[in-house]
Amino acid sequence: MNNIFVYIETEDGAIAEVSLELLTKGRQLATQLGVELEAALLGHNVAGMERELAAYGADVVWVADDEIFAPYRTLPHASVLSGLLKAEQPQIVLFGATSVGRDLAPRVSAALRTGLTADCTQLEIGPHTDEASGKEYENILYQIGPAFGGNVIATIITPDHRPQMATVREGVMRKELVEKAAAGQVKSIDWKSYLSPADMAVTIIDRQIDERKIDITGANIIVAGGYGMGSKKGFNLCYELAEVLGGEVGATRAATDAGWAEHERMIGQTGITVRPKLYIACGISGQLQHTAGMDSSATIISINSDANAPIHKIADYAIVGKVEEVIPKMIKYYKQNSK
Amino acid sequence: MNKALKIVVLAKQVPDTRNVGRDAMTPEGSVNRAALPAIFNPEDLNALEVALRLKDECVGSTVHILTMGPLRAADIIRDAMFRGADGGYLLTDRKFAGSDTLATSYALSCALRQIGADLIVAGRQAIDGDTAQVGPQVAGWLGLPQVTYAEEIEQIKDSSLVIRRRLEHGIEVVESPLPAVITVCSTAAEVRPQNARLILKYKYAATRSELIGDNESLRAEMVAERDYLNIVEFSASDVECDESQLGQAGSPTKVKMVEDVVFQAKESKVLTASDADIEGLMVELMASHTLG
Repeated sequence: MNNIFVYIETEDGAIAEVSLELLTKGRQLATQLGVELEAALLGHNVAGMERELAAYGADVVWVADDEIFAPYRTLPHASVLSGLLKAEQPQIVLFGATSVGRDLAPRVSAALRTGLTADCTQLEIGPHTDEASGKEYENILYQIGPAFGGNVIATIITPDHRPQMATVREGVMRKELVEKAAAGQVKSIDWKSYLSPADMAVTIIDRQIDERKIDITGANIIVAGGYGMGSKKGFNLCYELAEVLGGEVGATRAATDAGWAEHERMIGQTGITVRPKLYIACGISGQLQHTAGMDSSATIISINSDANAPIHKIADYAIVGKVEEVIPKMIKYYKQNSK
Repeated sequence: MNKALKIVVLAKQVPDTRNVGRDAMTPEGSVNRAALPAIFNPEDLNALEVALRLKDECVGSTVHILTMGPLRAADIIRDAMFRGADGGYLLTDRKFAGSDTLATSYALSCALRQIGADLIVAGRQAIDGDTAQVGPQVAGWLGLPQVTYAEEIEQIKDSSLVIRRRLEHGIEVVESPLPAVITVCSTAAEVRPQNARLILKYKYAATRSELIGDNESLRAEMVAERDYLNIVEFSASDVECDESQLGQAGSPTKVKMVEDVVFQAKESKVLTASDADIEGLMVELMASHTLG
């Protein structure tokens, strides 16, 4: 009771990265609160996955294994998960902000009559005092994330309703194996008791899911290009630098819209969030839309000929110069000094 | 021939957060929200187009907008009428103020029970919140199937729809019985433009509050004579609902703190494009193992 739950997403027999990232965060919060971390795994042929979930910190893995749960459909997952959460009464439930999590979590929040915060970038535990009533709360989940189109950072709380629910985007939290994994106690969900025939109403006729070909979220070094690269040919300088440095290429929305880079490389509010060791921003002005997806990179280098470009203000190294001049020099001096 | 459908489109008037220009920035580097124009939420326009296409295919169908907001939100209902919608409902009351997504979806679901619909279509998410929660929550309150991330209706059957969904890494085609809630994403077809004939027909459309103190005007006369110009206005008491579940009191989530995003100046090292600067940088990054 009053534990932390993470909804585990699977696709083609593999656990989604974001679910493992949430387990790592959930483990931290559970340890801080002195409660257990439980995973809810609804899928088909999922036996064995509990070991991986335990390796990322789950104390308990709840399993519903049947072909009706894969591929994902809203109603069976929502009814079974809502039923399980009503029975187990956790204090916190976390979901990935994927097309599955963003479909499922609000439906479950309506069923449980509780709050839900979308796209959190930080989750913390802390106290709260209600200003109107003076009522004090201990150990409330701070659900922190961008709001209002990324123009503000809001801290949302759910003081009087349980569970406190949040979704988190992939790549925002770090996943980490726990040092001493628990055995991963498996419990079966009594899923048949939570389902009604109406839950089978929607049927899947066809499904074409691509293997993800491009994935830059795990890259240590990202060379990102913006509209200031000038052209598709100019943008190729980013690829050259990334190749030499052993990194991946990212892009702003403007560069993606111009067709210079694939959609999967788009970083920012409407794209992905990255936090590499080194981020090299080439010809990027530094609008909030973009910086929201990269500003927690460990080291940021900006290259922009406009000395007043906002990107320079968040950079550790601000190079005021033309990309077509600076990038070839970076390649040259990297090669010269790495021998 | 396809059966006529009663379609309701959920829409929201939002501040345009996508293009925050210099004039909307305060000297401190934060956003002045009041300076942003109010627009029809972009994905709700995609939803409207999905609804209008169904209306084209299913003779006798109707499309109505349902929006919750202040009086000026009637603007988006008129905008939709200029594009082919038959009318709309404005859910407006101070009791709705401060609603989070759960309270908003509760109020909308109460209005929808009153209106009755074969199909409810909404944009996937609104640009001022990006939560994508209200559509699924409305479906939850009403106990209806939901199809999110819809891109196109591929087939209309007697009592069901075949719908293509656009997911992160591919597509999925599902068949859902009606009634249902569909949320539409931005890759769906763009909304049709306003139509000159429809602008002429509907330009006087108004809610009862918009006509207050306006009794003598041409508009008041027109609305009194022509029922299709009447935009229905619902207050909390007009829809059957539990008022404790509305507004701030009915919202489980509370905003504890809001910080403006400010460009924080780090201790940046400013460099030039000179050979000495770039070589120095690369050597420094290699020494600190940031590179290599």
